[in-house]
Amino acid sequence: MTMYMAIRNPQSAVRNAAGWFFGTLTGIASLIVVTMVVIILGNIVVNGAGRISWQFLTRTPEMGMTEGGIFPAIFGTFSLVVLMTLVVVPMGVATALYMHEYAPKRSRLVKVVRLAIQNLAGVPAIVFGLFGLGFFIQFIGRGMDQGLYGGDLHYGQPAIIWAALTMALLTLPTVVVASEEALRAIPQSYREAAYAMGATRWQVIRRVVLPQAVGGILTGAILAVSRGAGEVAPVMFTGAAYFLPYLPTRLNDQFMELGYHVYVMTTQSPNVEETKPILYATVLVLLLLTFSLNFTAIMIRARIRSRLRAGR
Amino acid sequence: MRAGGVLSDAPEVTSEAARATTGADARVTTSPLVRKSGGAVSDRIAAYLIRGCACLAIVSLVLIFVFIGKEALPVFTSGEVRQEAGMTRLFLPAAEKPAFAWQPVSEPPRYSLLPLLLGTLKVTLIAVVVAIPLAVAAALFTSEFAPPWLREIIKPAIELLAGIPSVVIGFFCLMVVAGWLQQAFGWTFRLNAVTAGSGLSLAVIPIVYTMAEDAFTAVPRAFREGSLAMGASRWQTAWRIVLPASSAGLLAACVLGFGRAIGETMIVLMASGNAAVLSLSPADSVRTFSATIAAELGEVVVGSSHYHVLFFIGAFLFVLTFLTNLAGHWWIGRLQRRLQGAS
Amino acid sequence: MARTAVTILAACGLVALAGCGQPTSGTRPSGGGRARTVTIKGSDTMVILCQRWAEIYMHHNPGVTVQVTGGGSGTGIAALINGGTDICAASRPMKDKEKEQIKARHGKDTTEIPVALDGLTVYVNDANGVEQLTRLELAAIYQCRITDWKDVGGAPGRIVCYGRENSSGTYQYFKEHVLQNKDFATEVQSLPGTAAIINAVLKDKSAIGYGGKGYETKGVKELRVSTKAGEPGTLPSLDNVLTGAYPLSRKLFFYTAGEPAGEAKAFIEWVLGEEGQKVCEQVGYYPMPRK
Repeated sequence: MTMYMAIRNPQSAVRNAAGWFFGTLTGIASLIVVTMVVIILGNIVVNGAGRISWQFLTRTPEMGMTEGGIFPAIFGTFSLVVLMTLVVVPMGVATALYMHEYAPKRSRLVKVVRLAIQNLAGVPAIVFGLFGLGFFIQFIGRGMDQGLYGGDLHYGQPAIIWAALTMALLTLPTVVVASEEALRAIPQSYREAAYAMGATRWQVIRRVVLPQAVGGILTGAILAVSRGAGEVAPVMFTGAAYFLPYLPTRLNDQFMELGYHVYVMTTQSPNVEETKPILYATVLVLLLLTFSLNFTAIMIRARIRSRLRAGR
Repeated sequence: MRAGGVLSDAPEVTSEAARATTGADARVTTSPLVRKSGGAVSDRIAAYLIRGCACLAIVSLVLIFVFIGKEALPVFTSGEVRQEAGMTRLFLPAAEKPAFAWQPVSEPPRYSLLPLLLGTLKVTLIAVVVAIPLAVAAALFTSEFAPPWLREIIKPAIELLAGIPSVVIGFFCLMVVAGWLQQAFGWTFRLNAVTAGSGLSLAVIPIVYTMAEDAFTAVPRAFREGSLAMGASRWQTAWRIVLPASSAGLLAACVLGFGRAIGETMIVLMASGNAAVLSLSPADSVRTFSATIAAELGEVVVGSSHYHVLFFIGAFLFVLTFLTNLAGHWWIGRLQRRLQGAS
Repeated sequence: MARTAVTILAACGLVALAGCGQPTSGTRPSGGGRARTVTIKGSDTMVILCQRWAEIYMHHNPGVTVQVTGGGSGTGIAALINGGTDICAASRPMKDKEKEQIKARHGKDTTEIPVALDGLTVYVNDANGVEQLTRLELAAIYQCRITDWKDVGGAPGRIVCYGRENSSGTYQYFKEHVLQNKDFATEVQSLPGTAAIINAVLKDKSAIGYGGKGYETKGVKELRVSTKAGEPGTLPSLDNVLTGAYPLSRKLFFYTAGEPAGEAKAFIEWVLGEEGQKVCEQVGYYPMPRK
């Protein structure tokens, strides 16, 4: 049938051929991208899976990083991320609340805030590192030292609190965007019903809006955590260290971090061949961490969307 | 029942509610009633706190600019710094050979930014040239040609790629890709602009893909349906209708991808060889701005000219990405207005 | 809207103004705020050595914490000047300019303590035919005046030079003692650590790199270095380094601002003692000669 049509109408044959060609070309591009992802993940899993064990995850590095585990790095990453979340989630949610609930419609301030958030999202990670060094450590940290400790160096040096604050700034746009999406998804009628019953604005937010928006806010927080666990450039000068014999328990301690550990082991470890299995295993742990976080966020988001679609 | 003063002005409530239900201004929150109401103290406190937090984003951006600019300013203002690293030394050729050299620890220190600028541009261009065609083609495929089951494989794969930290991509490039490329092309230098550029493209592809896909799905169905109704095939619709209609969004995607590529640090730090060579060949090692900052910030004495030059480079990166972001989002706004006006 | 804008601008202005008046000197190091901590920052060449010392010392003295960070001798010296570390580990001697900066910032003289010996080793791939180089040839290679292996007795092939970042003491030492204080060629690739250099030499048959002796591994070999053409080259073995027969022998140092005190002093004394010096050999370096 098609052959008959082709002979009858050569133009459409050419057009169909061109369509196939175009479709195949774009299909090949997609295939290339997907293959690259598979290769990266495959290479890391194959080389790193052998070394992962409960021991690896719970022991400290020994014998000059050639044996032992990476527990301090996991703990350090965890502490960093917890501190960062404590700072970024309230700020991000408050910003989203202002933009969606409080600001008058078409307010210029909202436009400027939105612009600021978009630009903050595009600032390179190393510039955040510079800012962390120049503002948090040199300015606030040194200032605290002068004021509280009379010049002794306590806070004017790399510390987990400064690294957490720097990461909080880095991930603020993620939280704001996710929270705004969550707030926008709540039907206006919920709010109107509450106002009609005499609630003040803050009561409406606290009792009606926020409980509904928790899912979306959680998604944003998880995505922020995933980004925070993976970025290395901002923490290189604001708090991460290569080998610490203690775990970070105070705000002005330094900490070991998974991503920084990977970087340092690739470039400074004593014996490259011996540490290769550990290196790959560390990379795998970092990947598993970020992927499981991303996956959780996607699941929550999908569940919220299906619930909303069913609800309306 | 008199609760909280809201019901005390009954007529206004009903007119407000009436306006709300007719949909003209569905934001009850802008009702003068709510603003006038005394409310609990907590309401006022909450309002102030929230408004304060919202300004935090603006304040942070301004602070970043101020503090990085403050440390970069001595390059212009301090006589001592200007002698070693003033604008002429940063950009113009020096008397001694080689004319453009980045050697901050020689006596006297050489601070020419040109090799770094060239290196940054080389790596970014390679990354963008590889990433943008691949990502746009993949986005076109998933939004126009792919059957739903294939879409469910490609989109998660790219989201996975977006979730890979850049230090892992740099590690993979250094360990695996550099060796492959050298075996395939027989270059002298294993770590060069192409190695770093290909790693960088892996980081840029998810951004360009997501924005391109958003741009394609933003094109109203009516456009596609009209084209198909007039007898065009699917690829003709994609090529002649969807692509041009979403061109502003695609341009924004390219610009934002470029901005991300310029600022990326870990991949180039590990895979580019970090040699400040002034050459146009992509097979030579390069040293980029971000890698220079990352490699040298640890060893500077606070207040030295080296310190100020590094912050100057940081300020330059910040301003560049700020401008590319502004351009990108302005184009997106234009796309949205054009498409909303038409549909 | 205008009111909010003014408030924001005022806040930023206040912060910026306050920032301009911040003193950047005059802070004293206090070991990171933790009781009984010794901070060591600096040389990547020495980072494994310092780490082993730290591990063993902490094993013997459970109440003390010794914290080790690398980054290059330049990083350690900068940290000592900035007040961010107790001990600076350096694989090169401090320059007079740096000692002046310490005097200016802290009002004290720098104390220099040699703690180990090292032979700066030149590494090439195992498959490379070349066995030895003179110091002049080495300088010519790293200044890209000699670019092919056949010019120094090997199989034809472009020489790919790997070096350290300019924050490294090893970089400085090499520059001073091999290049006679001239600059490296721009084509020399700067890798962030000796391990990265070894990794690169391992993967590249025509590569050459330099670094501390403690980094040797299977797949790379050490070159003999001679001072003049015609003389037999020497490997960086213990005897050659002790007697100075190996041309690139160097001392590894600890620096402190002023005399070492408290925990730092105890740690340094242990390092210089018998047990500490024995660790040097385990890691691949050499102990200080017995006086």
